[in-house]
Amino acid sequence: MSPLLEVGDLSVAYGAIEAVRDVTFSVDEGQIVSLIGANGAGKTTTLRTVSGLLRPRAGTVRFDGRDISGLPAHSILNLGIAHCPEGRRTFGRMTVEENLLLGAYTRDDEPGIQSDIRRVYELFPVLGQRKNQKAGLFSGGEQQMLAIGRAMMSRPRLLMLDEPSMGLSPIMTNLIFQTISELQSQGTTILLVEQNALAALALSDHGYVIDLGATTLDGPGKELLADERVRSAYLGED
Amino acid sequence: MTTLLQQIANGIALGATIGLIALGYTMVYGIIQLINFAHGEVFMVGAFGGLAVHRWLLPEAWQGDWYISLPLMIVGGVVVAVTIALIMERFAYRPLRNAPRLAPLITALGVSIVLQEAIRIWFPNAESAQAYPKAFIDAQVDLGPVSISASKLLIIVVSVALSVGLQLYVTKSRMGRAMRATAQDRDTARLMGVNPDRVIVLTFLIGAALAGVAGVLYGVDITNVDNAIGFQNGIFAFTAAVLGGIGSLRGAVIGAFIIGLIKTLGGQYMPGGTQYDYVWIFVVLIFVLVFRPQGLFGEAERVRA
Ligand SMILES: Nc1ncnc2c1ncn2[C@@H]1O[C@H](COP(=O)(O)OP(=O)(O)OP(=O)(O)O)[C@@H](O)[C@H]1O
Ligand SMILES: [Mg+2]
Repeated sequence: MSPLLEVGDLSVAYGAIEAVRDVTFSVDEGQIVSLIGANGAGKTTTLRTVSGLLRPRAGTVRFDGRDISGLPAHSILNLGIAHCPEGRRTFGRMTVEENLLLGAYTRDDEPGIQSDIRRVYELFPVLGQRKNQKAGLFSGGEQQMLAIGRAMMSRPRLLMLDEPSMGLSPIMTNLIFQTISELQSQGTTILLVEQNALAALALSDHGYVIDLGATTLDGPGKELLADERVRSAYLGED
Repeated sequence: MTTLLQQIANGIALGATIGLIALGYTMVYGIIQLINFAHGEVFMVGAFGGLAVHRWLLPEAWQGDWYISLPLMIVGGVVVAVTIALIMERFAYRPLRNAPRLAPLITALGVSIVLQEAIRIWFPNAESAQAYPKAFIDAQVDLGPVSISASKLLIIVVSVALSVGLQLYVTKSRMGRAMRATAQDRDTARLMGVNPDRVIVLTFLIGAALAGVAGVLYGVDITNVDNAIGFQNGIFAFTAAVLGGIGSLRGAVIGAFIIGLIKTLGGQYMPGGTQYDYVWIFVVLIFVLVFRPQGLFGEAERVRA
């Protein structure tokens, strides 16, 4: 079986600055795969290219066997890839409910949308209790829940999460990681970018290390966790 | 007292016209941060579209029946205004979407001149006042102490109804949500599956349709139009949008009523009379912007991630 997402020799530049120069990885259906790497390594750029916000300069992005590189972002969402962006990016001047409805923008099965909204409220009760408040009034952690809930609303086959635990308390972080495993067990494939490499790799079927715009190392999550080079570079050990 | 009430009625009618134009300025700015200086000309072109329908398309038998001719003229004005606006968006602004801000701004000024000149060249004698059909609505309606022409009353009713309708559309509908999302954070809206090109086209379309309606109703009320009405009313409408807080729908409408009232009341009661009524508009604008730079209903700080 071919992988659900396959990225090969990806190169992406901002003007003259080459942010990603040689990224290659793949994600099998049903897996959790994480990309780890230092600040500025090119993880966010990679995700933004997969979701169509950026155009690759070279390389391939295949989803479900189909070349999607260069497609506009809205078409890529329609194919089944949702991207929960770095820094949450909730619509601060809209209510929680409106944010979730935007997550379901391309769907028109009203009953299904309503039941998915209820599911998000069950997962994150604080969102349900304050569903008519503007998202901008919520704490960072609460907005992160909203951003994840919103990304789930399109019922994606592949959910990409960029630093979902950034700035969150340990309790919140735990809840977020628990949610990610739950989503996996319900059949969603997950591509995770995390600063918190320890937690991410512990959860992942497979991990890739990105260094200066290139994938340099990969392996099953548990093996990477034990790898000397990963431990010293990303887990703060020496 | 009667004069005062009469001028208030006139000011409200002027504000209603300006408000319909101001909505287009504020919506386009909200979505793509462009001051579309050519929007006043869209209003002007709409007025001429309505006039053209009356002059050349309506059979003579219908011309006197306002309940037939006026709706058809409005349709004509809207079709012409929308067509021009969509061409302008597609060929003048879209290619500059990622250019520095000054480029589309200068282009808008250019488009404005092109439209004024196009009407001057192609519409016979458009640079001098062209009589607008009015026979159908020159009745006066008595409202207590004031009497207001039926055409002014019509503008007020239509303007308020369309503004409320637009507000509901933007706050309640799925496309309206997409518009607000695009205005707040275009990239994230794209991640929701929103196609920003469609949203931008829709925004220009709605703004132009409102301006087209305003153009025809303005012509019917003032009873003549020329190719300079877009410039003058465009400036008022732009000022109204800034006064209300550019980007805000409510602000544009309220700003327009304030400007309509300042102009008519200033013209009546301030020294210099109607010769100086423009001055008071800008005096108020300057004061508001000094103390509230974001305008009456603008957000203090646009949080754009
Ligand atoms: N909009 C931009 N314009 C120019 N350069 C950029 C832009 N965005 C990112 N970069 C550069 O591209 C490189 C990769 O950035 P990217 O955001 O992809 O890294 P990252 O791995 O996500 O980092 P972090 O862990 O800090 O989020 C960095 O050197 C960054 O400075
Ligand atoms: Mg990043």
